[in-house]
Amino acid sequence: MSRSMTRPAQGQTIPMSFTLNGRVQEIDVEPNELLLDVVRDRLGLTGAKRSCDVQVCGACTLLVDGRPVSACTTLAFEVRGRSVMTIEGLADDGKLHPLQEAFIEHGGFQCGFCTPGMLLASKALLDENPNPTEEELKHFMHGNLCRCTGYKKIIESIMAAAQKMRASRA
Amino acid sequence: MLRRFRLEEPESVAEVSELLGRFGDSAKIYAGGTELLLAMKEGLIHYERLINVKQLKDLGAVTEDNGSIKIGALCTHRQLETSTLLQEKLPSLVKLEQNVANVRVRQAGSIGGNLCFAEPHADPGTLLMALGAKMIAEKNSGKREIEAQDFFVDAYETSLQADELLTEIRVPKPGGNSRSAYLKFGYLERPSVGVAVALTLDGTTVNDVRIAVGCAGPAPKRVAEAEAILTGKGKDEAVALLQQAGAVAGRASEAISDLHGAQDYKEHIVGVLLKRAFNSIVG
Repeated sequence: MSRSMTRPAQGQTIPMSFTLNGRVQEIDVEPNELLLDVVRDRLGLTGAKRSCDVQVCGACTLLVDGRPVSACTTLAFEVRGRSVMTIEGLADDGKLHPLQEAFIEHGGFQCGFCTPGMLLASKALLDENPNPTEEELKHFMHGNLCRCTGYKKIIESIMAAAQKMRASRA
Repeated sequence: MLRRFRLEEPESVAEVSELLGRFGDSAKIYAGGTELLLAMKEGLIHYERLINVKQLKDLGAVTEDNGSIKIGALCTHRQLETSTLLQEKLPSLVKLEQNVANVRVRQAGSIGGNLCFAEPHADPGTLLMALGAKMIAEKNSGKREIEAQDFFVDAYETSLQADELLTEIRVPKPGGNSRSAYLKFGYLERPSVGVAVALTLDGTTVNDVRIAVGCAGPAPKRVAEAEAILTGKGKDEAVALLQQAGAVAGRASEAISDLHGAQDYKEHIVGVLLKRAFNSIVG
C-alpha cells in the first residue's frame, strides 16, 4: 500500500441541508462529527445531554424523521435531507406539548437531566401508538434511564398525556 | 470524540469490494454504526476510511421466494421487528428483534452490521444458526453462500474475506410443523447467555432438532451433541431428556468467565434456557 493511502485523511467536509425543529439548516460537517456535538456546540441547542455515550441511557435522544436516535453515536452527516427535532422544538410557538404539560403536572422529573430524552422518546411512542399499555410504554422507554429513579411519575405523566392527546383528537 | 476519518460513499457492491481490496485494514464498512462507532469513540480501533454502504440499493428489504425468506443486510432491527412477512413466517426472529438493546439501537443498527461485527454478546446469529440460515457474501468477482454455523470464527471475527460484503441473510421457509424459539438471560446491557432451538413436530415426534448457544463463549455455535439426544424422540421422552441435553449444551458452549457471569453459572443458564425454550414450543 502506498504512503498516500495510509496517511490520515485531512479535513473532508460534507455540505448538508436538513430540517431542524421545522426550519431549514445548512451546515458543513466533517465525517467524524457527531450529531450531538453539532447540535450542542455548533448550533447552540443544549437540551440533549451527553451522558453514557454508549447508547444506553437516552439522555442524548433526538428525533430523526420522528424516530428516536442516540445523537452521541450518530454521525452528523446521516441527517442529510432529514428532519431533526430537539427538545427545543417540542413546544409549538411557546405553547407546551401535552407531554411537557403532563410532566409538570405529574412531577415527571426531579433533576431534569433525563427529561429532554424522556419527552422526545415518549413523543415517538405516542405518535406510533397513541394508546399504549403500561407494559408497551415500559418496553419502549426502557432505554431511557432516570438516575433520580423517578420512573413511576414519568410513566404516570406519559399515560396522562396519552389520554389527553387522544381526547383532544376525538 | 471520534478521530478524523475519510468517508467513502460507493454506489455498488462491486465498488465496495474494490475499496475494501484497495484499502485493506485501513478501511471498514460502516452501516448502522451502533457497534463500530462505540469502539472507535473509545479509541479501541481506528480506521482511516469508513465505507458507507447505506445508500446501496436493494439491500434493505425483507422478501420471500419459493424456498426462503430473504433479509437484506441493511435491514435495521426496527424493520425486522415490524416486518409483517417475518411476523407471519418467523415470529421467533421478530420476538428476538423486539428485544435487541433499546429502541434507538434498533432504529440505527442493521442486521448485517450486527452479524459482521461479531460481538459475542449479540442475539441474532444464534437464532439464525438454529434456523439454518445462509449468509450471502458478495465481492466484485461473484457471490457465495456461507452456512450461519460457519460464519462466526471467533469473537469479532467472521469467515468473510477481506473484500467481501455480507449482502443478504437467507432463512429457509419454515414448514407447517416447524417451531423455533430464542431465549436470553443477562443482568447487564448485553445478554450473558442466549439459546435458540428449532425443530419440527411430526405428530408427537420431535425431529430435526437444531440447538445453538450464544453469548456464553467467544462466538455462537451449534451443539450437535445436544441435538442428537432429542432428535427422533417422542415429546414426553424428549422432555425427560432435557436435563441431560442442557448439561451437554452447557459444556459445549465454551462459556468463559467474565463480567457477564462465571463459566459454571453460564453453563447452568444454558441448560435452564434450553429447557424453557424447548417447552415453549413443544407444548
